[in-house]
Amino acid sequence: MSSNVRFTDFKSDKQPTWCPGCGDFGTMNGMMKALANTGNDPDNTFIVAGIGCSGKIGTYMHSYALHGVHGRALPVGTGVKLANPDLEVMVAGGDGDGYSIGAGHFIHAVRRNIDMTYVVMDNRIYGLTKGQASPTSRSDFETSTSPEGPKQSPVNPLALALASGASFIAQSFSSDALRHAEIVQEAIEHDGFGFVNVFSPCVTFNDVDTYDYFRDSLVDLKDDGHDPTDYEAAKSVILDSEKEYQGVMYRDENAVPYGEAHGVTEDMTEIGEGAPEDAMDLVREFY
Amino acid sequence: MPADFNWAIGGEAGDGIDSTGKIFAQALSRAGRHVFTSKDFASRIRGGYTAYKIRTSVEQVQSVVDRLDVLIALTPRTIEENLSELHEGSVIVYDGDRTTMQNVEIPDGMVGLDVPLKSLAEDAGGAIMRNVVALGAACAVTDFPIENLDSALQKRFGNKGQKLVDNNKQAARLGRDYVTDEYDHEFDYSLETTDSDYVLLNGDEAIGMGALAAGCRFYAGYPITPATNVMEYLVGRIEHYGGHVVQAEDELSAINMALGAARAGARSMTATSGPGIDLMTETFGLVATSETPLVIVDVMRSGPSTGMPTKQEQGDLNQMLYGGHGEVPRFVLAPTTIDECFWKTVEAFNLAEKYNIPVYLTADLALAVTEQTFEPEAFDMDAVEIDRGKLVDEDEIDEWLDESGHFRTHAITHDGVSPRAKPGTAKGAHMSTGLEHDELGRRTEDTQMRVEQVDKRNRKVESAIERESFDYREYGTPGADNLVISWGSNEGALIEALELLEADDIDVHVISVPYIFPRPDLSAEINAAENVIVVECNNTGQFADVLEHDALCRVDRINKYNGVRFKADELAERITDTLADTAPAEVSQ
Repeated sequence: MSSNVRFTDFKSDKQPTWCPGCGDFGTMNGMMKALANTGNDPDNTFIVAGIGCSGKIGTYMHSYALHGVHGRALPVGTGVKLANPDLEVMVAGGDGDGYSIGAGHFIHAVRRNIDMTYVVMDNRIYGLTKGQASPTSRSDFETSTSPEGPKQSPVNPLALALASGASFIAQSFSSDALRHAEIVQEAIEHDGFGFVNVFSPCVTFNDVDTYDYFRDSLVDLKDDGHDPTDYEAAKSVILDSEKEYQGVMYRDENAVPYGEAHGVTEDMTEIGEGAPEDAMDLVREFY
Repeated sequence: MPADFNWAIGGEAGDGIDSTGKIFAQALSRAGRHVFTSKDFASRIRGGYTAYKIRTSVEQVQSVVDRLDVLIALTPRTIEENLSELHEGSVIVYDGDRTTMQNVEIPDGMVGLDVPLKSLAEDAGGAIMRNVVALGAACAVTDFPIENLDSALQKRFGNKGQKLVDNNKQAARLGRDYVTDEYDHEFDYSLETTDSDYVLLNGDEAIGMGALAAGCRFYAGYPITPATNVMEYLVGRIEHYGGHVVQAEDELSAINMALGAARAGARSMTATSGPGIDLMTETFGLVATSETPLVIVDVMRSGPSTGMPTKQEQGDLNQMLYGGHGEVPRFVLAPTTIDECFWKTVEAFNLAEKYNIPVYLTADLALAVTEQTFEPEAFDMDAVEIDRGKLVDEDEIDEWLDESGHFRTHAITHDGVSPRAKPGTAKGAHMSTGLEHDELGRRTEDTQMRVEQVDKRNRKVESAIERESFDYREYGTPGADNLVISWGSNEGALIEALELLEADDIDVHVISVPYIFPRPDLSAEINAAENVIVVECNNTGQFADVLEHDALCRVDRINKYNGVRFKADELAERITDTLADTAPAEVSQ
């Protein structure tokens, strides 16, 4: 890893096709800064992205990357990290990708506690398919597929993570560039599964959860004397439905990452030109 | 057909049937006898009948037959279920003290041995050993040296302490001595031993061992019958080579984890059965279009939907050949014997990396769960060769960079094969995607690039056909008027059926095909033969369909889809009948 990597080294020469003003620009910039600040470079970094506006991120960043199928980015990241623990693995997705079609993978990735970072660009809407309700949409949010609102409770991804045994839960706001980069950096530095839900407003299809809304309502836990290692305190801010928070809600410093717990800490990509030397022992077992 | 002996133990689920059967199979193998095993499950679940059957001979055996010489019956139903296979002189060992067995009737002409299995087991240290008492009784009936059983018991219980091993050995002796002392009978059976050393394993284990030999270091899977054994084999062994097995939350996750490990540069695999293949088909297209080398094992069971999970079928061929939306090439390998399961797994990994392509490796249930003996040399590890294809390192990467220094991971090449760079390789950073992409792996909808990428992916198949040997095995009389073609586990039964057909003066040429795609071109053989029959365990004849397509002609089909594998005598009869049906009617004089 070189020390003179700048965050722009993580930028590809493809121009994003996100709508002007989209929150994803800020989310991506923060990710690139956090990667550079933690001493990573494009050749040791693997980005996995799902489907949706968020899924395009692998194209706009420069690193090793796979843009996968809808909702399955976390399992891909899991495989990458276990096969070569020397890589910095960052998985990015949206609220539809992570909490709807991929919700099953989300809870298991959380409890597996692989040492990687998961950034969810949560805009509370399906943007790329032009404005349908997402799992985090408010119950009265009117969309093309829910003219009177979805009339069901939005998912609380932070609570879902906490209930699944998360070791790191955070939330940030793409427009608060400094704090967002700081929080993603903390997630990268966390020894385990670093989960960051990012408010990344959709300027085209969501006129409720807007920049102004978040600017006005966000409470920064940093200013609030919150202790992220206190489980009860974390629980109360995560379950608080009256306020929107940013910052690190919860961090379990004693949680053992999956790789360490299973002794999977070495690169497994190198193999010889034939069967392992002692491979005939495998045959002898069947005597 | 070799002079063979057929043995079974049957009872209810939970009676330790599998484990007891395996011990006896092991004892026979260690005595230098060849073994071929099969497992019976009744078509009705009620009553829970299960049986473990062994066919053994000093010569190689590779099929099951409808004959049973010695049966250990723990339940009356075990006898009922096997009546058609029992014959005059068959020996039935049972425990008349068991309430359900008190009034059991031994059919005329058969020998019933009432042995107090439970009470003898208690004498040896515990009722749980009653099946081992029965194995001892079987030794007496078959004149089989009990020391071979000792050796199998040592292997089975050795890690649980010598006391347990000794108790079991004692239980076996009590069973043997009881029969010798109480029954003054000359039995018809004598199991000769030889000095040969055999190994005894099933298809799932051979696939797992092949994966380890081939350098597979990452496996992700979700438990499913009958593929779980592959995962269970790898757990506890792959770690020794620095690898790891993950039990995923579902098959969608399993294939994506395996894909991730492969993108990282590891040799990676997942195994499942039909229902799991359905789920994995979503990601299969991504694996194929991102040109990721991956081995996907389908241990086929009876479908559709949940089907008959513990029953034999070869019904997934179309799913593997054509599954998924859009069009993208894949390879499909289908070993036909247990030792070939090992070698085709090694080959699958090499093909996957040489052509950056997903490879389906399929075994049918009969092949996967059957245990069979082999010379250890059948798995000669020195003969394993690993070819990682166009995997480029830092020294070679420059020739694959474009003018701006970007790695061309989907470079349009003459042979259709593009380079791979492992993450961590300097100057190699690149992306790939399930979207149509340019040479750099970035999304494109450019009409010309689309056509170039599709053509490039398909050229990999042409290159493989030119460079590889997608061969087949043949038996019987090459050039005979009658050609029988088979895939999967039917081969063993067909070889034995050949001997029966020859005895009836019917000449048959048998071709057994382990490559479904790319596959050998059999059109000349098919068109030259007068009668062509394709044998497979499914209803519609999926392999017959593709062969008809290749040869542009019609073939006859022998299909079986009742959940039970083909037997040699049954196949000989059906081939004879099919040939009679297709023969031109005799002109009356």
